[in-house]
Amino acid sequence: MTPLSRGFSGRPRREIDPARIPPGQYVVEDFPVLSAGPTPRTPTSEWSFTLDGAIGSALSWNWAQFTALESETFTVDIHCVTKWSKLATSWTGVSLDTLLRGVDTQAAYATAWSDGGYTTNLPLADLTGGRAWVVHSFDGAPLAAEHGGPARLLVPHLYFWKSAKWVRGLRLTVDDEPGFWEAAGYHNRGDPWQEQRYWND
Amino acid sequence: MREIVAENSHASTIVLEVENWPGHVAGQHVDVRLTAPDGYQAQRSYSIASAPEDPRFELTVERIDDGEVSPYLVGELRAGDSFELRGPIGGPFTWRVENGGPLLLLGGGSGLVPLMAMARHHRARDSRIDLRLLVSARTWEDVLYREELERAAQRESVDVRFTLTRAAPAGWSGFARRIDAAMLTALGPDPSAAPAVFVCGPTPFVERAADLLVELGHRPQAIRAERFGPSGS
Repeated sequence: MTPLSRGFSGRPRREIDPARIPPGQYVVEDFPVLSAGPTPRTPTSEWSFTLDGAIGSALSWNWAQFTALESETFTVDIHCVTKWSKLATSWTGVSLDTLLRGVDTQAAYATAWSDGGYTTNLPLADLTGGRAWVVHSFDGAPLAAEHGGPARLLVPHLYFWKSAKWVRGLRLTVDDEPGFWEAAGYHNRGDPWQEQRYWND
Repeated sequence: MREIVAENSHASTIVLEVENWPGHVAGQHVDVRLTAPDGYQAQRSYSIASAPEDPRFELTVERIDDGEVSPYLVGELRAGDSFELRGPIGGPFTWRVENGGPLLLLGGGSGLVPLMAMARHHRARDSRIDLRLLVSARTWEDVLYREELERAAQRESVDVRFTLTRAAPAGWSGFARRIDAAMLTALGPDPSAAPAVFVCGPTPFVERAADLLVELGHRPQAIRAERFGPSGS
């Protein structure tokens, strides 16, 4: 039985479809910044994106090659484990289906790694099927460094720490290998609709 | 909730008795969950202000005027009330004396709270580790834990500096500007001493402080950051 908080009524509920808000989340209009260290600032001239690990030979794209790939512009809701959700965010980037096309692998998992040393692990199944992208633009403009630019992973159906900022590659792995927050007590998969915030959720 | 102590006009320290508390590490936070009579729930995270060694368990909460949970905690909550709390949470943004030093702490506004837990832990353990703390606030009235910080600065191993970004009292001898490279150089220690660095505050403060630290030659991997509030963009 959840105890009631005497004298707490909450903010007047806004005109938002409750079916869009995962349990325990609230809607923000701004775009909070959360990251565990300084913001890396890699120029696009030094940027590349690499697929390696459990595949025959590594694949790599420099900025010009990456931005020449078939891109998609799409609008999704995003949900941060620190409780904020931001609705109808617009992004442009390359689908992981495009990046992984033709890749032959036994891997069932991937570790995304980033400038600054951040990592996060995901089942490959969460990265395919039109549900994950490497994005380089937000709201029609180049992605700001504090929000993960030049490019970040975007996996909007999972908590936003899975959408690694400053992403530089995916290492495909046969075994599941916990990343930065996953090894620090956060949930391994992070489904906001199951409220999978911490390891024992 | 056992007691609430006003720190200034917009922040209060909430002293709690927590059932089955497993203990915490300085720098960690908790999730607070409130439930309205109609079942509506709101959750927010708050840093633990007290040292792990302190028998009083304290959160310090800054009231966000258009917030949902902080005005309740700072304005409505009374001694004897209860609410749900989950934690402790947080791994990278923690420090114990066993981790060693030197320790460089940069706090903007209520970002001082988890750093205060580290400074209190340092004191509770009577540590001689070199600890430098920069406190950035708009005015002197906005500085949390003023008297305690001034006492802490008397300890040999501790250096506390203040910078006031909006207004300084007459005769002020501290810094009176936004954080900059000269301020960090004056505070020290030199990057060659390889301090563990913790930065917490509003996003623009943390972005600026972390960029300055990297430019001064601190290793990015040695800089732990916690940001809050809007991005300002």
